[in-house]
Amino acid sequence: MPEQLLFAMEVTLNGLMAGVLYALVALGFVLIFKASGIFNYAQGVMALFAALTLVGIQQGQVPFSHLINAVFGTEIHHFPWHVPSIIAIILAAGVMVLFAYLVEKYILQHLIGQPDIILFMATIGLAYFMEGFGDIMWGSEIKTLDVGLPQGMNLAIDETTFNMFGYGFFIDNLDIVAAIVAALLVTSLVIFSQYTKQGRALRAVADDHSAALSVGISLRFIWVLVWSIAGFVALVAGIMWGAKSGVQFSLSLIALKALPVLMLGGFTSIPGAIVGGLIIGVGEQLFEFAIGPMIGGATQNWFAYVLALVFLIFRPQGLFGEKIIERV
Amino acid sequence: MKFTKLAAASVTALMVATPVLADLVFPSLSYRTGPYAAGGIPYADGFADYFTLLNERDGGIGGVMTSAPECETAYNTEKGVECYEATKGEGALVYNPLSTGITYQLIPKVTADDIPLYTPGYGRTSAANGKVFSHVFNFPANYWNAASLAVNHLLDTNGGDLSGKKVALVYHNSAYGKEPIRTLEGLAAKHGFELLAIPVDHPGQEQKAQWLQIRRERPDFVLMWGWGVMNQVAIQEAANIRYPMENFIGVWWSGGDHDVVPAGDAATGYKAVTFHGVGSDYPVFDDIQQYVVGAGKAAGNGDNIGKALYNRGVYAAMLLAEAAKKAQEIHGTPDITSSMMRDGMEALEITDERMAELGMPGFGPAFTVSCENHGGPGTGAIQQWDAAAGTWSLISDFGPSDMEVIQPLIDEDSAAYASENNIEARCN
Repeated sequence: MPEQLLFAMEVTLNGLMAGVLYALVALGFVLIFKASGIFNYAQGVMALFAALTLVGIQQGQVPFSHLINAVFGTEIHHFPWHVPSIIAIILAAGVMVLFAYLVEKYILQHLIGQPDIILFMATIGLAYFMEGFGDIMWGSEIKTLDVGLPQGMNLAIDETTFNMFGYGFFIDNLDIVAAIVAALLVTSLVIFSQYTKQGRALRAVADDHSAALSVGISLRFIWVLVWSIAGFVALVAGIMWGAKSGVQFSLSLIALKALPVLMLGGFTSIPGAIVGGLIIGVGEQLFEFAIGPMIGGATQNWFAYVLALVFLIFRPQGLFGEKIIERV
Repeated sequence: MKFTKLAAASVTALMVATPVLADLVFPSLSYRTGPYAAGGIPYADGFADYFTLLNERDGGIGGVMTSAPECETAYNTEKGVECYEATKGEGALVYNPLSTGITYQLIPKVTADDIPLYTPGYGRTSAANGKVFSHVFNFPANYWNAASLAVNHLLDTNGGDLSGKKVALVYHNSAYGKEPIRTLEGLAAKHGFELLAIPVDHPGQEQKAQWLQIRRERPDFVLMWGWGVMNQVAIQEAANIRYPMENFIGVWWSGGDHDVVPAGDAATGYKAVTFHGVGSDYPVFDDIQQYVVGAGKAAGNGDNIGKALYNRGVYAAMLLAEAAKKAQEIHGTPDITSSMMRDGMEALEITDERMAELGMPGFGPAFTVSCENHGGPGTGAIQQWDAAAGTWSLISDFGPSDMEVIQPLIDEDSAAYASENNIEARCN
């Protein structure tokens, strides 16, 4: 097999894996938009905040220690314990549920009936507030995230492909874990929305707020529920991305990777987020491989948006989005 | 009567509330928030702690207390310029913005305002030419020195011959990241190696395509010009593809502790260029522990001492303090102005004896600054990371860079700037 074709296959596989990570971020946006029509600008910061909280709990960091020390002249930084990863993840998920409750109680509840743009603005405010709050709570230093995820080249794939083609493909173990986790997450979400009472209520609200209210579904409960799920998805995304680079404030920028995925896959479709992520992941990696070197490289960021725009021209609602029909 | 009492109380309250203004002001355009905070925090801590040390231990500089008020830029150029405008009227002696973007914006402003700009190891490289850049100083080393120092190390470890070798440059796709390309092209032509430039877009969280390319192309060595999250991801990706870490060398802005720690043991062996000492085994850090951290006056909680970026902040502050001292000597007054500070920087002389007196023996090179040369000696060394010990070690002596290649580039670039801005050469 020609060498270039093998390279292209390797790039495609890695593009698919990168796409899964993009989809994980996009999923949080979709969940909230589907249930409430809000484009949650704070989704990237939620991933950052969730990861900061996870590491903070895991390492026994005293929250707000800088503030406490500055006010009381103390020198406290850490509790004398280290929390096991699984418990830290559960506690961090609990914090995200509490966050969802507070967002609903102090922001969304007061904005019921307001135009979408107002809700969008509120999430912008929320994003910047959370970034500052996370900084005060856990500090700005880079933190190492270690929840036992494997990293590095998968030797089995390398060996198998080498035996088959004479060239070993590189696939990162972390990407394989991310793909499995994403698959489990999507399956769980589908089962939840199809087969549970709350899931059906969630779908009813997504279809028609007023109709859902008229049959006794609590909009407030659904909002807390959906923001909690989005918070959990943000935690998963934060873990996967944080394991690569450490938990630091640039983690909030991963939201930029989700936007072309949403444009392509649609804002209201969970399968759209997954398929969109995969198309963007493969598209940008293949373009960088084939065309990048001819035009100076570093094409991934802008090419993802070009790809999304092309899809948008032909399907404005995205690949899997619902067509909006307004009748006069 | 009531009004008089109220007015008196207000004046008293104002007098009590107004802080005593320090005479020697070294504003710190820091970034403790945002995507680049991981590098900004230790640097800002080191910069602040050194001035606190001077106040606590020596009673300031020449009997005048110092201050290093911080203004948060979040590494944002617009905010950096705002910080400059907001603080320049408060007796600022010199600016050290820790950002190449902010530096480019400030060069014309500081020149007009007669305030020196200090950009050690960053900023506009050709500002080393004092004949054109009267108010900008980038001693003791700049980006182009760093590129040459990295290549010198490769030469040293390969029997002085790089012909036929392939060297990849993984760089931040910005003006900063592109800085070394021309120098490396010149060095590639001189030493006969092939240069492969691989850009990474901001912020650099996703670098799969770049490292797959490196895996395919199999360069003998990889150099890195990164900042922020790009560094951590690159080191992790290099470990993932099992690239030999001892063949991977970063510029000093890719050589912080926070850059290597997230990759864990896999980062062992990674190298970076440095223009100052590593670790905390210098008397000055004992003094900082005693007079600053121990007294509860540290900018942080004291756990950054000895880290690469903290040391760089301390070194920058020390050189500025020495320049202020020189300015006091030249002008015969302890209360110097920014204009006098500029004179002090231009006449700065650092000797090995002085470094030892300051508790920093061998921490940096001995050098002098002159009207023509604002860039210093351009010397540097190579540091290597040991993950198990959690320390950097110097694995080479401080050596010179290849000025035969660099000087013509400095002359060319500064001449272009002079021509664009109608600047007449000074120092005649």
